[in-house]
Amino acid sequence: MSAPATLAWFAAHELRLVWRDWFSMMTAGKRKSLRAAALALLAFVAFMHFMALLALRNVTDPGLNPDKTTLVVVTGSALLAWSLMISQAMESVTRAFYTRADLDLILSSPIAARKVFAVRILTMALGTVVMAALLAGPFIHVLAIRHGPHWLAAYGVVVSMGAAAAALAVALTVLLFRTIGPKRTRLIAQIVAAVIGAAFVIGLQVAAILSQGTISRFAFLTSEAVVARAPDAGSIVWWPARAMLGDIDALAAVAAVCFSLLAAAILFFSARFGEHAIAAAGVDQGRGRQARAAAFRGASPRQALRRKEWTLLRRDLWLVSQTLMQILYLLPPALLLWRSYGDGSGLFVVLTPVLVMSAGQLAGGLAWLAISGEDAPDLVATAPVPAGFLVRAKVEGVLGAVAIVFAPLLAAIALVAPLQAAVAAGGMAIAVIAATMIQLWFRNQAKRSQFRRRHTSSRVATFAEAFSSIAWAATAALAASESSLALAPAAIGILVLLVAREISPRKG
Amino acid sequence: MKTRPPSPLALELRGLVKRFDRPAVDGLDLCVKRGEFYALVGPNGAGKTTTLRMVAGLLKPDAGSISIAGIDALRDPVAAKRLMAWISDEPMIYDKLTPFEYLEFVAGLWRVDATVAETRARELLGWLGLSPHAHERCEGFSKGMRQKVALAGALVHEPTVIILDEPLTGLDAGSARQVKGVLGERVRAGGTVIMTTHILEVAERLADRIGIIASGRLIAEGTLEELRGQVGKSDFTLEDTFLALVAKDGAKEAAAA
Repeated sequence: MSAPATLAWFAAHELRLVWRDWFSMMTAGKRKSLRAAALALLAFVAFMHFMALLALRNVTDPGLNPDKTTLVVVTGSALLAWSLMISQAMESVTRAFYTRADLDLILSSPIAARKVFAVRILTMALGTVVMAALLAGPFIHVLAIRHGPHWLAAYGVVVSMGAAAAALAVALTVLLFRTIGPKRTRLIAQIVAAVIGAAFVIGLQVAAILSQGTISRFAFLTSEAVVARAPDAGSIVWWPARAMLGDIDALAAVAAVCFSLLAAAILFFSARFGEHAIAAAGVDQGRGRQARAAAFRGASPRQALRRKEWTLLRRDLWLVSQTLMQILYLLPPALLLWRSYGDGSGLFVVLTPVLVMSAGQLAGGLAWLAISGEDAPDLVATAPVPAGFLVRAKVEGVLGAVAIVFAPLLAAIALVAPLQAAVAAGGMAIAVIAATMIQLWFRNQAKRSQFRRRHTSSRVATFAEAFSSIAWAATAALAASESSLALAPAAIGILVLLVAREISPRKG
Repeated sequence: MKTRPPSPLALELRGLVKRFDRPAVDGLDLCVKRGEFYALVGPNGAGKTTTLRMVAGLLKPDAGSISIAGIDALRDPVAAKRLMAWISDEPMIYDKLTPFEYLEFVAGLWRVDATVAETRARELLGWLGLSPHAHERCEGFSKGMRQKVALAGALVHEPTVIILDEPLTGLDAGSARQVKGVLGERVRAGGTVIMTTHILEVAERLADRIGIIASGRLIAEGTLEELRGQVGKSDFTLEDTFLALVAKDGAKEAAAA
C-alpha cells in the first residue's frame, strides 16, 4: 500500500471511488455479486462483437497505404468517436465541480489541492478511455482478427484520443467558468457537452442532405466532392487515421500530441480547479429567481398537476436540454423535408420512422420525469384524490408536451401527404403510449435531478422502451409504404410490451 | 336521514400492525381527541414515523384500523385525506416553484376555491415570515425556509388533523419558534396536531398529551403530570420520565424473553 497523502495513495482512493460508482451504475444500485455484474458485462461485450461482425462484414483491409477515400472515412469515424469522448469528459468535469460530495473534505485537508485535482483530471481521462475502449474494442478485435494485428494500433489511438478529450473538456469547462461564471456554467457546460456529442453526427447528415440530397453520412464522406477537396494523402491531417490502420510512426506522433495536451491541462488547470470547485459550491446559496406575482388561478386537481408538470419542465433548462436533445436529431429530417418539400410522398416514408422513434424516446424521458421524478411524492400521495387519477393527470401532461413538440412537423407533412401524416401520427401515438406504459410499470421514486441516471435504475425498462420505439418506428415506416409486412414489427412491439408488463414490478 | 354526530376523536388507531423484516408497529392502539396537541415520542426505530406514515396513507398497515375524525381511512382514503395534512422532517417542495405557486398547487389538489386559498396563502406566508420571498423560486432556500413553505402548504387547505414527523429538525431557534407559534394557533382554533419529536422540551411545552412508543407499542400516555405519576417522581423532567419509562419497558421485555 502506498504512503498516505502521496499522488499514488490519492490515485488509489480515486480509482476505488470510480470503480464503486461504475459498479453501482452497472448493477443499478442494487446489491449484486461481482460475478453477476461480470456476466452482464461479458454478455454486453459479446453482443457488441456480434454487432461489429455485422457492421464490418463488407470492409476490406486498406493496408498501410490507404487511398484518400479510406482516410476520409476513417478520420470521419474517429472524429465522431472523439466528439462523443469530449462530450463524456465534459460531463465528468462538470460532475467533478458540482456534485462530488467530498470536495469540502479534500479542500479543507492539508494536501495540496493541485495534487488532488491533477489525479482527478487523470481519473476522468481514464474513465473516458475505458468507456471508449469498451465500445470501440469489439470493432478493433473484429478488424484485427480478419485483417491482421496491425489494427490493434487503433487501441493506441483510442487511448490518445481519450487523453486529448479529457484535456479539451477541462480547458472548455474552465473557460466557461471564467467567462460566464459558475452558475451558468453548470447548465451551459452540460448543454455544450450534449451538443458536441450530437453535433458531428448531425453536421455530417446536414452536409449530406445539402450536397447529396441523402441523409447517409457515408454517402457524403465517400462522395467525389468531399474526397476531391480533402488534403493530399500525405497530409498531417491523416495521421490519426494512419495510426489507426497500424502506422507506428503516426501512432507515436498522435500519442505524443494528445498526452502533451493532457499534461498541459493538468499543469495549467489543476491549481485553479479547487477555486472553481469552491465557486461552484456556492451556486445554490444565492437567491432564487423571481417569478411573476399573479393571482391564484382556480384549478381542479388534474389541471393543477398538469400545470405543475409543465411549469417545472419549462423552468428547468437543464432538464429541457437533456429531454429535448433527442429533438436535435430531428434537425436533419426536418431539413430534408424542407429541401424536398412537395417532391412527392415517397420522402415522407423515410421521415415516418424518425418521427415515431423520436416521439417514443421523448415520451419515455418525460414520462419518467412526471411519474418517477416527483420531488414531493408525499404531498401528492396524501392529496385527496384516487391514486389512478394522479397517474392519469401526469400522463396527460406528458402527452400534451409531446404533442406540442411534434404537431408543427406533422401539420407540415399533412399538407403535402395526408396519408403519411396520419400513419406517422398513429405510429407516434402508439410509441408514446407504449413508452409511457413502460415507465408506469417500472416506476421507481427518484429525484428529478437523477434524470441522467434513469437508464440505470431499470435496464429492462430502458431496453423495453428502446425496442418498443424501434418496433413501432418500423411498423409505421412499412405502413406508410403500404406494405402488409408492417404487421410483423407491430407484433414484435406488442410482444415487447407484454414481456415488459409480465416482468415489471407493477402490473396494470 | 339521520346524520351521525361528529366523532370526538380526531384519530383512532386500533390494533395497528406493520412488519418489515421485524415488527415496526406491533398492535398499536392510540386515540387523539379533537383540538388536542399530541406528541409521540420514543427512541430511534420505535415505530413513530411508520405509524404516522400509515395514518397519512403513505404506508398500508398489515392489520388494524385507522379512523380520522370518524372516517375509516383504509376504506375511504380520499375522504380521510381531505381532512389531513402531512409534513415530514425532510421538506418536500419543488425547487422550481415559488412558495406562492406551491401553495396554489396544493390548493388545486385539495380543491380549495382560488380566492379563499389565495387569501389564506398570503396570511400564512406573512405569519411564517415568507412574504418577502413569496415570488422567489425555492431552489436557494435554507432548510428552515423550505420547512416553512411545506408547513404553509399543509395549512392552506385548513386541515382538521395535522400530522408532523419531526418538523423542527434542523431549524434555527427563530424558525422553530415561528413553526411552533403557527401550530399552537391551529390548536387554539380547534385543529388537531399530532407530531413526533426528538426534542422533548418541545413536547413538554406544547403538547396537551404525550404518548411514549417503544418497539412499536404505546408504553405510556398522558399529560406530563400523569407520566411522572407512572414513574413515581413528581420532580422529573420529561427527559427523565421518558428515559425511566423506556428503561422500565426494556427491562420488562428482557424479563419476558
